[in-house]
Amino acid sequence: MHIKDEIVERHVLAVLVDNEAGILARIAGMFTSRGYNIESLTVADISEDHAISRITIATNGPPHVIEQIIAQLDRLVPVHSVRDLTESGPHVQRELALVKVAGKGENRIEAMRLADAYRARIVDASTESFIFEITGTPGKIETFVALMREVGLVEVGRTGVVAISRGPDAA
Amino acid sequence: MAEKSGADILVETLLSLGVDTVFGYPGGAVLPIYDALYQHPTIKHILVRHEQAATHAAEGYARSTGKPGVVLVTSGPGATNAVTGITDALMDSIPMVVITGQVATNLIGTDAFQEADTIGITRHCTKHNYLVKNPSDLAQVVQEAFHIATQGRPGPVVIDIPKNVQVAAAEFSSHRGLENNRYQPQTEGDYQVINQAAEMIMAAKAPVFYTGGGIINSGPEASETLIELAQLVGCPVTSTLMGLGAFPAASDQWLGMLGMHGTYEANMAMNKADLVICLGARFDDRITGRIDAFSPNSKKIHVDIDRSSINKTIRVDLPVVGDVGRVMEQLLAVLKGRRFSSPGYEEWWSRIAGWRATNCLEYPENKEEIMPQLAIRKLWEATHERDPIITTEVGQHQMWAAQHFDFEKPNKWLTSGGLGTMGYGLPAAIGAQLGDPDALVIDIAGEASIQMNIQELGTATQYRLPVKLFILNNEYMGMVRQWQELTYESRYSNSYSDSLPDFVKLAESYGWTGILIEDPADLEAGIEKMLATDGPVLVDCRVAKLANCFPMIPSGAAHTEMLLSPEDVKGTMDDQAKALV
Repeated sequence: MHIKDEIVERHVLAVLVDNEAGILARIAGMFTSRGYNIESLTVADISEDHAISRITIATNGPPHVIEQIIAQLDRLVPVHSVRDLTESGPHVQRELALVKVAGKGENRIEAMRLADAYRARIVDASTESFIFEITGTPGKIETFVALMREVGLVEVGRTGVVAISRGPDAA
Repeated sequence: MAEKSGADILVETLLSLGVDTVFGYPGGAVLPIYDALYQHPTIKHILVRHEQAATHAAEGYARSTGKPGVVLVTSGPGATNAVTGITDALMDSIPMVVITGQVATNLIGTDAFQEADTIGITRHCTKHNYLVKNPSDLAQVVQEAFHIATQGRPGPVVIDIPKNVQVAAAEFSSHRGLENNRYQPQTEGDYQVINQAAEMIMAAKAPVFYTGGGIINSGPEASETLIELAQLVGCPVTSTLMGLGAFPAASDQWLGMLGMHGTYEANMAMNKADLVICLGARFDDRITGRIDAFSPNSKKIHVDIDRSSINKTIRVDLPVVGDVGRVMEQLLAVLKGRRFSSPGYEEWWSRIAGWRATNCLEYPENKEEIMPQLAIRKLWEATHERDPIITTEVGQHQMWAAQHFDFEKPNKWLTSGGLGTMGYGLPAAIGAQLGDPDALVIDIAGEASIQMNIQELGTATQYRLPVKLFILNNEYMGMVRQWQELTYESRYSNSYSDSLPDFVKLAESYGWTGILIEDPADLEAGIEKMLATDGPVLVDCRVAKLANCFPMIPSGAAHTEMLLSPEDVKGTMDDQAKALV
C-alpha cells in the first residue's frame, strides 16, 4: 500500500481576529492539528483601539481542503471574518525581505547591479557587505534571493505575504 | 459596588446562570473555590473519584437534561485527567463548562508544582478556552463561556483560573448582565435554500431522512418537529448512534440505526435513495463506509448549524446552515404552504420491505449460554414502560444496545459516539441520575470498559444514587476480538480480559447490591431482581463468550457489502482496509 498525494492550489486568506492572548497559537494550532499547510503567516493589529488583528495566511491544499480551512477558521470564537483573496478576485500581494550579501570585487558590483534591476534599496553598507531591502510578490523575492546566492548571500529575513483586494471595497 | 474574591465572583456567577450541580475533585489550586462552595450550599457539588469521571458525569447530566454540565478540577493532573472527557464532549457536541485551577500567575511557566499548560493542552479539544488573569474579568468570561458552550453547535469550554486570581478581590455586581456580540451563530435557515430543499423533497421518488445528534441538541421540540415532518413526507427515517431516540423506534417509518453496525434496511435505503436529507448529522466515517460508494445516486441536503461539517467528507447538493429544529419548522411550513402531501412512495417502501425481510438483527438461539442480544432485549422488555435512561460504555455491548434496545424519546440514550471512550457509561449514568433523581438509569456495560471508571461505584454510593449497572461479561474486549477475527485470522493479541474481579463482591464492598446471572433460564428473574432492588445494583451477566456484533460493514467497504452473520467473515483483509479504523 502507498500513500497518494493530491493536487494542491495556493490560496491567500485574510482573517480578522480579536487581538487576544493565544490567538496566534489557536490559528496556527488549528492548521497543524487538522493537517493543513501554512506557507506563510503574518499578523499585526490594525484597528485604532488595538482590538482587532489582521492575519494573512498563505496556504495550499486541494480545493475541498481550502474550503474546510475557511470553515474551520470561521468557527473559532475570536475569528470575526475569513476572506479567501485568491477566490474573491484581483488582489495585491506584497512581501518584504532584508537580504544580507557579503563579498568584494566583481561579486559586490554584480550584487549592486542586480539590486538596482530589482529595485532593492540598500539599507546598510560596509566595505564588504550590503543589506538590501526588497518589496514585491513572493515570486520576485524568491528570484532575487536566488540571484544573491550566487554573489555572496549571508542571510535573509522575510516578512511573509500580506495581501489586500483591489478596488474600493474591503474584501 | 462591593469587592469580592475571584472565587466568590465565580460561584455567584454560576448561581446567577442557574447552575445547581457541579462535578468535581478538589486540589491545591482550587481550594479557594472549594471554600466559596462551602459557603454556597445551593450548588450541589458531586465528589467523583477521578476527574475523567467528573467530565463524563457532566456529559451524562447535560445530555439527559439539556442543561450544560459543569466540572471543577484542580491544576496539573486534575486538568489532564479531564482531557478525555473534554474531547469526548467536543466530538459529541455536549455543552459543558470545565473550570480548572491553575498555579498563581507569577508561577506560570516555571514548572511549578502541579502546573500544566492547560490552555495549550485543551486548545484543540475545546470549543473555546480562557486563562483568566484578573478577577475583574471573571464574571464576563464565565457568562460568555456558558453562552459559547450552549449556543450554536454545543461543546466544552475550559476556564483556567490561577489561584491568586481566585483569592484577589475585584468589584462585582451580581446584576450585571452581559450582551454577547462576538458569538452569534446562525440558527435560522435561508428561506430561499429551504424552498429549494422543499422542491427537492417534492421531486424525490425514494427519499430518506438521515438524522443525528443535532436533533437531540436542538431540544425535545426538534424531535416533535421531526416526527411531524416525517409523517408529512411519509418516507423512511434512519439515525446515527448519537441521534437515537429523536424519532420513535415504534414508528413504521423507522429503519433502525445506519452505519457500520446499522441495519441492512437502513444502509440499503441510504445506498439506493434518490434523496438523502441529512438532519443534524455529520457523515462520520462510521456512517459512510467507503466514501466513493456512499449513497452514489442520491441528491443530498445537509442541515447543520456548523458550517465546517458541510462538505467535510461528503459533497452535498444543498447545504442549509441553521439550527436543525428551526430549519425543520421552516421546511414544514414551506411544504405545507405548497400543499405538499406524501405520494406514498409505494415502490420505495416495497423495496425496503424486501430488505427488512432479511431480519438482519437476528442472532442464533442458544440454550446453554445467554446471548448478549437476548439479554438486551429482555432488559428492554422489562424496563421500556418506565422510559429508562440508558448509558453505555464502548464496544460490542454498546452496539448491541443500540441495535436491540428501542428508544422512543430523546435524551434517554447517552453514549460516547465520536471519541468512543471506554469508561463513559458509569459516570454518565451518575450524572443522568442526578439530573433526574426519579428516572430509571441503567448503564449497559462490558466487563472490560467498566473497569476504566469502576471507582465511580463509590460516587453512586455516597450520593445514594440508584443507578443500575448491567455488565455483559464475555471475558473479552469483544470488539477488539471481533476485529481480530475479521482482519488478523483470530490472533487474539491482548484482547482477553484476564484476572477479572469478582464483580458481585466488588459491588458489595462499595455498598452496592451485586447479582450474578449465568444461566439463560435465570435471565428474566435476574433483571426483575435488579429492578426490584432499591439503591445501586450491579449485574454481572455472563454471556456467550464468542458472540459477535452483526450486521457489520467492514472498514473500507460499501453499504451494500454488509456482513450479516459469522459465515460472511473471511478472516483477513487487504492493507487498504487494515489501515482504516
